[in-house]
Amino acid sequence: MLEKVLWLWLTPLATAIILLFLGKRLPRRGDWLAVMGLGLSLTLSLSFLLELFQTHTFEWREQMAWLSLSGLSISFGWLIDPITILMLCVVTTVSFLVHLYSTEYLKGDPNYARYFAYLSFFTFSMLGLVLVDNLLWLYIFWELVGLASYLLIGFWFEKKSASDAAKKAFLTTRIGDMGFFIGIMLIFYKTGGLLTYDDIFKFVAQGQFTGEFLGIPILTLAGILLFLGAMGKSAQFPLHVWLPDAMEGPTPVSALIHAATMVAAGVYMVTRLYVLFTPEAQLFIAYIGAFTAFFAATMALTHTDIKKVLAYSTISQLGYMMMGLGVGAYVAGFLHLVTHAAFKACLFLCSGSVIHATHTQDMREMGGLKSKMPITFWTMLIATLSISGIPFFSGFVSKDLLLAGCLSFVMEHPEHLLLALFAFITAGMTAFYMFRLLCMTFLMPAKNLKVIDHAHESPWAMTLPLCLLSGLSFAIFFTGSLDGAGLLQVFGSWHDWFNEVILNPAPLDEAHGNAHGPAMALSLILATGGILLSYLFYLKKPELPQRLAQNTQAIYQTLIHLYWIDELYQKIIIQPLLKLNTFLADRDNRWIDQKLVDGWKPLTTQTSKGSGHFDNIVIDETLVDGSAVVVSTSAIQLRKIQTGKVQQYVLMAIGAFCILLIAVYFL
Amino acid sequence: MLYEHLLSFMIFTPVVGMLIVALLPSSQKNWVRWSSLLFTFLPLCLSGILFLNFDQALADMQFVEKTSWIPTFNIHYAVGVDGLSITLILLTTLLSFLCVIASWGIEAGLKGYFSMFLLLEAGMLGIFCAFDFFLFYIFWELMLLPMYFLIGIWGGPRKEYAAIKFFLYTLFGSVLMLVVMLAFYFYSDPHTFDLIELSKAGILKFNALDIFGISLSAEQFAKLLFIFLFIGFAIKVPIFPFHTWLPLAHVEAPTPISVILAGILLKMGAYGLLRISYPILPHETYWFSDALAVLGLVNIIYGALCAMAQITLPEAKGGNDLKKLIAYSSISHMGYVLLGMSVFTVEGIHGAVFQMFNHGTTTAMLFLLVGVIYDRVHHRKIDGFGGLGNVVPIYTAFVSLAFFASLGLPGLSSFISEILVFLGSFKVYPSLTIVATLGIILNAAFFLWALQKIFLGPLNPTYKSLKDISARELLTLAPLAILVIVLGVYPMPALDLMKSSLDHLLTLFQAL
Repeated sequence: MLEKVLWLWLTPLATAIILLFLGKRLPRRGDWLAVMGLGLSLTLSLSFLLELFQTHTFEWREQMAWLSLSGLSISFGWLIDPITILMLCVVTTVSFLVHLYSTEYLKGDPNYARYFAYLSFFTFSMLGLVLVDNLLWLYIFWELVGLASYLLIGFWFEKKSASDAAKKAFLTTRIGDMGFFIGIMLIFYKTGGLLTYDDIFKFVAQGQFTGEFLGIPILTLAGILLFLGAMGKSAQFPLHVWLPDAMEGPTPVSALIHAATMVAAGVYMVTRLYVLFTPEAQLFIAYIGAFTAFFAATMALTHTDIKKVLAYSTISQLGYMMMGLGVGAYVAGFLHLVTHAAFKACLFLCSGSVIHATHTQDMREMGGLKSKMPITFWTMLIATLSISGIPFFSGFVSKDLLLAGCLSFVMEHPEHLLLALFAFITAGMTAFYMFRLLCMTFLMPAKNLKVIDHAHESPWAMTLPLCLLSGLSFAIFFTGSLDGAGLLQVFGSWHDWFNEVILNPAPLDEAHGNAHGPAMALSLILATGGILLSYLFYLKKPELPQRLAQNTQAIYQTLIHLYWIDELYQKIIIQPLLKLNTFLADRDNRWIDQKLVDGWKPLTTQTSKGSGHFDNIVIDETLVDGSAVVVSTSAIQLRKIQTGKVQQYVLMAIGAFCILLIAVYFL
Repeated sequence: MLYEHLLSFMIFTPVVGMLIVALLPSSQKNWVRWSSLLFTFLPLCLSGILFLNFDQALADMQFVEKTSWIPTFNIHYAVGVDGLSITLILLTTLLSFLCVIASWGIEAGLKGYFSMFLLLEAGMLGIFCAFDFFLFYIFWELMLLPMYFLIGIWGGPRKEYAAIKFFLYTLFGSVLMLVVMLAFYFYSDPHTFDLIELSKAGILKFNALDIFGISLSAEQFAKLLFIFLFIGFAIKVPIFPFHTWLPLAHVEAPTPISVILAGILLKMGAYGLLRISYPILPHETYWFSDALAVLGLVNIIYGALCAMAQITLPEAKGGNDLKKLIAYSSISHMGYVLLGMSVFTVEGIHGAVFQMFNHGTTTAMLFLLVGVIYDRVHHRKIDGFGGLGNVVPIYTAFVSLAFFASLGLPGLSSFISEILVFLGSFKVYPSLTIVATLGIILNAAFFLWALQKIFLGPLNPTYKSLKDISARELLTLAPLAILVIVLGVYPMPALDLMKSSLDHLLTLFQAL
């Protein structure tokens, strides 16, 4: 087992290292090596999945000593349970298809080998993130996927925008990671050095995790701090700003990292550590998620860059997942992660196919591509139907569960009505902007013939992943509710199975069942409404959107400028910080060094000058030379009494004797 | 013979080398270079033997040599090595060896340069081995002299100013240390300079006394001595506000000397605190620990902010210098050492000592890398490059590695020491530690920004035919890179070395 896990996990690392050092010398620059390596990982992951279908439970763990000091030991360990297996499958599937797709998409790039090395390194880190069994290692791989994301967003770093985006992504997520890290420290401190999930869960379950900080229970605080990390990685408001910019990276990268896997790491983390989140922390998560879902969807409405629309859509969907986790529908939240990975990766790869053919990302330049790129169109249509939540597609299954969970939560706690409002409006908006994208790209009459003329369908290495991923966008793979024979039977009843094996018993109660019907009806109505509206706007009366934009300039400008959030951050955080450090460094030179330190110089020079003077005048000229003068003048004076007359000497001696006598007498 | 006098051999081999280099004809430049290489390689080998024969389970001094030197004052030639010093000794011999390779291109005054360099190495090794305070002090002063000349003669445009400043700063600290040394001698019973003896309970007995009409109780007197000693060492670390010699000296010193300055000299301050202040004045250290933690925090944040300013501050105001950025980042990274030292927890102190080692390797890489580019283009302006990534890919890879190591990326060695420091300090100063984690973000911000300015973006056409790293430069960088990665993935080889001694040191503070 351990051997299998190591092969699964380390093969991508090995290919990354080989490609990094030898890539340029290998035939085809070694892309086959990366694809095959991922193929191996995928096969092994699927074998775990098959085993899981047969046994319905799966648990395997292994630990080894890593860091031990007296009284402190941090182990490295693997934990494989159903959640892990699903994540492994998601990661390896999408990664494999993206590797395959990239062999065409990146063809001829001067850094082709390095690209595959980075991609494989990312896969290794992401698999590590999923496999480990303790918080510190989760954090380590969390940062490493961030590194891979940095390297891949900035892959075309000659573009300033790309290098800016890479930096922004790394720093914004690091702000969230700081919260994550403080959360880890808090848990480490409170539990007396525990870091593995199981130990922490036991500790919490025993009710030992107590205490308050500023009136907030420590456990809630720890949960929110950990969630800050998830907010950064999963681009939740207000840390969402990096993800749209991250679209500067190659499109397959966006599909893998910024749609299917890394950005979902936050959702994975919350699922994995679900036990740690108190109801208050969950409510926080729900509100952040629901607001993000709504907020990002509004921004997707007006954008004309095909990848940015998808990016905002990703943020919105991630918000959905978070909301689901927050309201207690974590099965739905996690299921949405899985379904979203397939259809969003498909959407991104489709957009990549379009960009590859047209060499533009601006949807206003596109249109009329349906006949030119039929496979791309049909696969994208399927994925779009799925994300819009149309029955028989995978998005419907998970979204329906999410909305039902949200509705039942709101029915129980009417004061949180806002959550449901956000969730349902978002469902309508999602259908609208996705079909808007589809219409503008494929269905509207061609607007720029130059762009359209040389457009053609992409080669098989790109269309095959599209077909496979769009295939996975059908509900069948996730519900198994169709009475199919053969392979489908293996999948059994996913839905029940999910409830059965994930973590601890779900708080799904009757209210949930009651909410199911209304939620489904409402979401269907809204989705259909959205689709019809986009049909009306972009196919029936294409002049409508412009007129609407003109009539609502204030709203339109706000949306186009993304609520001026980037500008706001620039003003209130970045510029003051730069001012502060420039000020400090300047003062460091001018005050501390030149005044405080070199300021002593005048003192010492003056003192030395003074002491020099003193030395010259007082000591040397007065005392030393002075004593010489005294000696010489007194000698001159004394010489006068040296007359050589004996009588005079005797007289002086008697005089002196008399004085002495008088002195002795009186004293 | 070899084993009994291993440390002496190690310390004095460079001195022999210095004499030989001084006797070589100055026309034979390659002889000078190769013999310097040999005489730094020998201590490296000896330290390797030391490493292999070092008993990790022992907390006390090993490889001890103790002979009477000046019997009248009970002064001994006493050297030994324990878990606290062994990593620093290994770092010293390794960096000295690599720096000789990095000095290959120096042409002017070669003989003088290498003699001074070898004397410097002897001084540094002596400091880390000596456990007689008097001997320690002698080595401390001995190291100062060659450093003064190395900066003052082979340095940049403001070399004289930088050298004098460095010299006076350190000398000021030494004078305070001298006072403490004499006080230890006169107030110990029996009078001794032996650091091990002094750390035993009951040896040091301070009296209340009057100085200049101010009467001090015995406790106050001990605190005063601690502060004297602290200032002496704080200058070396350097701790804010005694840090201003550092950016200047680093900027003006030639590349290999910057490496030694940042890689080893900065550690001497923290080492001195741990070797002398901690065991001999534990109560005073404990009393001072809050202040130490705050100073650590100030170093972390202030250093990082000043480093970031090197990107925004125009050259005319003394900014825009890559070397200065790294110098300030050193101040920030030494802050982690202080923070870790201030809390007396297992994680904290191991993190601090490990951070000393890791800072040594990463910052050495950083300065070597600045030297590489400076040799080619003769400037270090952060704004003056742009888009070098595709021109010099190997160089870019090394700089990225060094930058990411410095900003504490997991998987690289500094991360381990930083989390240990944070995990340890959070137990004692939670709020302060939370503020300190801001340092993580600030460090990431300026390193990534600098990386972008130099390597990413459109290529500056001036440098389109820049040469990538040469084999010689690769030889200096690769060992450090390997250390950074290996210890980042598996830190135990380093932590095991220091474990016993640091645990022993901590026992002094458990009762307090």
